[in-house]
Amino acid sequence: MRDAAEAQGVQTPALRIPAELVPALVVFALLAAGPILAEAYGGAYLTSLLMRVMILAIAALSLDLLIGHGGLVSFGHAAFVGLGAYVAGIMITEGVIDLLAILAVAVAVAVAVAALTGAVSLRTTGVHFIMITLAFGQMLYFTATSLSAYGGDDGLTLWERADLWGTGLLASDLGLYYAVLLTLVLTHAALLKVVGSRFGRVLRAAAQNETRVAALGYDVFRVRLVAYILAAVIAAVAGVLLANQAEFVSPATLSWQRSGDLIIVVVLGGMGSRSGAVLGAAALVLIEEALSSLTHDWRLIFGPMLILLALASRGGLAALATWTIRRG
Amino acid sequence: MSTTLMLIQALNGLQLGVLLFLIAAGLTLVFGVMGFINLAHGVQYMVGAYLMVAFYGVTGHFLAAILLALVAALAIGLALEFLVFRHFYDRSHLDQVIATFGVILTLNQAVKVIWGPAPLIIPTPDLLSHSFVLVEGLLYPVFRIAIIGLGLGVAVLLWALVRYTRFGMLVRAGATNPEMVSALGVDIRRLFLVVFGFGAMLAGFAGAMAAPIFSVEPGMGDDLLIIAFVVIVIGGIGSIQGAFVAALLVGLVDTLGRSMATDVLKLLVEPAAANQIGPALASMMIYLLMAAILFWRPRGLFPAAGTA
Repeated sequence: MRDAAEAQGVQTPALRIPAELVPALVVFALLAAGPILAEAYGGAYLTSLLMRVMILAIAALSLDLLIGHGGLVSFGHAAFVGLGAYVAGIMITEGVIDLLAILAVAVAVAVAVAALTGAVSLRTTGVHFIMITLAFGQMLYFTATSLSAYGGDDGLTLWERADLWGTGLLASDLGLYYAVLLTLVLTHAALLKVVGSRFGRVLRAAAQNETRVAALGYDVFRVRLVAYILAAVIAAVAGVLLANQAEFVSPATLSWQRSGDLIIVVVLGGMGSRSGAVLGAAALVLIEEALSSLTHDWRLIFGPMLILLALASRGGLAALATWTIRRG
Repeated sequence: MSTTLMLIQALNGLQLGVLLFLIAAGLTLVFGVMGFINLAHGVQYMVGAYLMVAFYGVTGHFLAAILLALVAALAIGLALEFLVFRHFYDRSHLDQVIATFGVILTLNQAVKVIWGPAPLIIPTPDLLSHSFVLVEGLLYPVFRIAIIGLGLGVAVLLWALVRYTRFGMLVRAGATNPEMVSALGVDIRRLFLVVFGFGAMLAGFAGAMAAPIFSVEPGMGDDLLIIAFVVIVIGGIGSIQGAFVAALLVGLVDTLGRSMATDVLKLLVEPAAANQIGPALASMMIYLLMAAILFWRPRGLFPAAGTA
């Protein structure tokens, strides 16, 4: 009974950290120590791997707002990551390397595109929503392939990184690493606030029973649209970071397979949980790395793993980790 | 000259439409009857093409290869249903998306392991390998006409099957209200299995027919799958009739769009800009079409009654 009460968040002393949050905090602590570990073991390879984990986690956090909390399975979310990446890529190529300017433009473009596509997509529900978000994702994908001035199909190599107030902070891998980590932690904290707010409760309630929420006087469409735009903005920020980390931008970032990867991360980690997206991103990248070092044909193993994941998924890794923490 | 070019593009569009219909027919039935999102349906198209290559290599006979490929595609479809898909009929769309995504990765890699990553080709059959004079000075291959003919034939057969047979009646009833069909004593699991196997076979057939025209390579079904989804969403999920109309519409819009977008744009903007925007706009055309249709008719052109 005591455990159950704790799980509900009832009667928990204010200062105690909820068990659900512990896995994410552990991962953050490990990530903070990442560059030190890299010194000892993997070198630059490990830092770049961990940066990929963190950027994927930021994008997955934003998608989880839609899938886990809003019940909106968007199959085109990678397009917004790509949008941010292309804004960064194009601006840097054109000589604008100020990070704040890049972020401002990326956010503005993401808001505009998400408001437009969201307004159309959110008129539909269920399967139709999955398909129409996929369609919009494909449109952005083809837009990217047609940018012949910026690499077209082949993608765009960046010759320098963005810069913050002339400090050269992001020029070094270490600076970029901690900038990405800071973004991840801030995103995680901000989204915790959002889903805990009245807005978050309405979003979740609408996923369970749209009619009732509407009957209570909430404008479900508008709440969902705001969530959709917010998720797009965060994904675009992840994209800006991705462009700087990889120093390369390509249409493949926007492909529907990448959107599928994001969904996998969310489900693998545990939908709508406080640690899920972070755990899922770490697990996906590490599994891919481990399997691909085993065999060239690692997808032959990874594919069936996904099927088993879908078969068994009830709460994902986050639920497993929380359960372990409560027991131990 | 411009009209003959149009005619050729229209025929190409029709041929793409017919292939799309073969894929979309199974997809829309599986979707409509079982409420099951099968991302792996495009893989079955790819498998059909590879089976065609394999059996053509063994027999050296086009027709025999097609028949063997059909049987094998059916068997693989049934095996997948038994091993994977049947465990997901009652699950959320999200679980279905992930599981079938897993099937895509597995099978794409499997064909890469078996046949290698390089594209394969097989020749068109001797009987259909010549071209005929479409209009003066322009040849059109007979094989492509044969595909259009066969596709239309299959469409008529399917329509008759769904419209006039007991099986078709069950499928239509299943698309409208599966619980009721089950309550009336129909073995719904067996119906699902049959529908599934049938859909897999049609997609495999499309792949086998496409093998001599397109290059056969891993992942060849992925992009076509997305277009097939566009087709069934435009047509109305669960509707064979809708899939047919939408497949031809999408095939024509896509093909004509690609050949004309740049020229039409040149009338509106300067040529340099048109050359830049044209190809992108052409690729987007079908998605714009889908977004527009869903905006005005959120459930597609021919919504099957009762499906949610």
